[in-house]
Amino acid sequence: MYRRMVQIRHFEDHAAEAYAQAKVGGFLHLYIGEEAVAVGALAAAHPNDHVLGHYRDHGYALARGCDPKRCMAELFGRETGLCHGRGGSMHLAEASRNFWGGYAIVGSHIPIGAGMAYAMQYLQREQVVLDFFGDGATGNGIFHEGLNMAALWDLPVVFICENNLYGMGATLAEESPVKDMIIKAEGYTMPSLQCDGMDVLSVYEAVQKATEHCRSGKGPFFVEALTYRFRGHSMADPELYRDKEEVRRWRALDPIPRFGQFCVDRRICSEQELAQVAEDVEQEMLEAVRFAGSSPWPDPSTIDKWIYAKPIATDGDAVVEQPASAEVGAVHGAEAAR
Amino acid sequence: MTMAEVTYRDAVRSALREEMERNDRIILMGESITGYGGSYAVTKGLVDEFGPKRVMETPIAEAGIVGFAVGAAMGGLIPVAELMTVNFALLALDQIVNSAAKFHYMFGGQFSVPLVVRTVSGFGQLGPTHSQTFEGWFASVPGLKVVMPATPADAKGLLLASMRDPDPVIFIEHSLLYSTRGEVPEGPAASVEVPIGKARVAREGSDVTIIGYSRMLLQALHAAEVLDREDGISCEVIDLRTLRPLDYPTLVNSVRRTHRLVLCGEDWRTGGFGGSLLSELQDRCFDDLDAPIQRVAMRDVPLPYSRELERTLIPSSEHIVEAVRRLS
Ligand SMILES: Cc1ncc(C[n+]2csc(CCOP(=O)(O)OP(=O)(O)O)c2C)c(N)n1
Ligand SMILES: [Mg+2]
Repeated sequence: MYRRMVQIRHFEDHAAEAYAQAKVGGFLHLYIGEEAVAVGALAAAHPNDHVLGHYRDHGYALARGCDPKRCMAELFGRETGLCHGRGGSMHLAEASRNFWGGYAIVGSHIPIGAGMAYAMQYLQREQVVLDFFGDGATGNGIFHEGLNMAALWDLPVVFICENNLYGMGATLAEESPVKDMIIKAEGYTMPSLQCDGMDVLSVYEAVQKATEHCRSGKGPFFVEALTYRFRGHSMADPELYRDKEEVRRWRALDPIPRFGQFCVDRRICSEQELAQVAEDVEQEMLEAVRFAGSSPWPDPSTIDKWIYAKPIATDGDAVVEQPASAEVGAVHGAEAAR
Repeated sequence: MTMAEVTYRDAVRSALREEMERNDRIILMGESITGYGGSYAVTKGLVDEFGPKRVMETPIAEAGIVGFAVGAAMGGLIPVAELMTVNFALLALDQIVNSAAKFHYMFGGQFSVPLVVRTVSGFGQLGPTHSQTFEGWFASVPGLKVVMPATPADAKGLLLASMRDPDPVIFIEHSLLYSTRGEVPEGPAASVEVPIGKARVAREGSDVTIIGYSRMLLQALHAAEVLDREDGISCEVIDLRTLRPLDYPTLVNSVRRTHRLVLCGEDWRTGGFGGSLLSELQDRCFDDLDAPIQRVAMRDVPLPYSRELERTLIPSSEHIVEAVRRLS
């Protein structure tokens, strides 16, 4: 788990640097400070449990074991990216790992997670769905619709709310009448736990309980991770709405050194070993950036590829022929949901 | 009249500010429009000036925002609701179409819904869900007025008119225009206001009429220059400014003289606004046309993130030049 968190941190640092050099474009949302949430949760889940998250999604991808090279290549818009440059930073996905993606319309993947959980229930699979979103998303109607259905039909989905105190520039007090998001789950009779999102073990424990609950057929579970993003909402954020003192306070709770210290104190590993992890990861990320930078751009002649699983003619052009194999990415949901 | 050179962003903000000063029934509402200053910094500073009751920070709740604004309008206020981008307006589509656009008609003209929904279209490596434009959808709805300014002067003048209009107005700004500059008249609102429903001849010409709006107006003007220089073709460029109601007389008058027509938009070719415009203009100008009407539009593809793919897809002045050359 330590390595995973360090991986995410270094990945994000390099992503920010690449953005500053205009190698990465569009909206870039960094997960720095929140690493313990994705890492703790996905360590507690089974590797074939399903994962959906919002646009701040690099952490979910890496915590699920996606190749940093292909993640970085996606940010660079290259053909070798996880989504062949079509999705970009906000839309990483690797269906073969049951990582179904980052979703950039706030709240949209909350009912989607419920629907996926229904498929698992229907197909009598053991798998649970982990659905990550922010505090801001809880103000949207779609959140309530999703929770209502999940509770109504006892679906095996763990809703994981990353409460980082802000929805873009809106403070929690400006966007929600309650400061604890678990209260919103209560209205749907959904059991819930609040955990320390700056402590990977606290997240791990909470999500472990949650997934056990779901797997035993008792319906959905709501986990609220109290966390904080150390950087702006996106790279475009001038951060006028929060004070530096608050950021400093939270930075002192940095989940990485905190867990590192824990491991050293318990003699699980030494300081040198931790330093070695950081060094190895840095090499890995430098390699990821090199890989992304030297990867080919998508071929413009493939622009119409993937609009449909079964292509139609567009713009009067001839039908683009595609092999019918899973290689083209048209994996049928249920089939991939192993 | 004195003029000032300002950005499109500042023009929008000054329309809001001035009208709010004049009319205390105007309220602004939207996501991250206070402390953050708006995702495109349009509302920056307004909360300090007018306070949180008039500049309301809302939850991320598009359907709620518009529904709330409809109710506030019925209760006597003039809400200007900001939906961060037109992509998120999809969540509010029901309230826009089934509430705002319907009530005046459906309740027999008893009350109207004076409401402005400000939103933004645009792109720039934002990926498939964040790079769309749906003006054609809104413009297809009777009961809505749809405004898409291209210049700072129009941004200000049309927004003023929108806030003074008794009907719901969908006011679509463009993210790539915010930093463009232009002359904006200064003075009392009446002299700055630009009426809804009037197109503008942005450049006079005699060989071909090019119709654009929003960012495509700028692309059309650029294309006209290139065609003048390289081909000696004289293009008349018309800025629609308002998509509904649509100023057909100005368009028809131009086509009567040029006999050739190119329509420009950024939305998808299939079902895009240009499609219905084309059918209507063909109807009205059939005898005047010497060639089939040409369209510049977005290819029917979800706009991909990758810079290299996006670049080949975005409708630009080059596409317009090609379209005009096809005509001659
Ligand atoms: C439906 C919709 N409305 C608005 C946005 C713009 N937007 C993107 S992220 C965001 C804030 C979300 O806050 P939160 O859910 O707390 O997640 P965080 O970014 O804090 O992790 C907003 C308003 C959007 N992407 N989708
Ligand atoms: Mg948040």
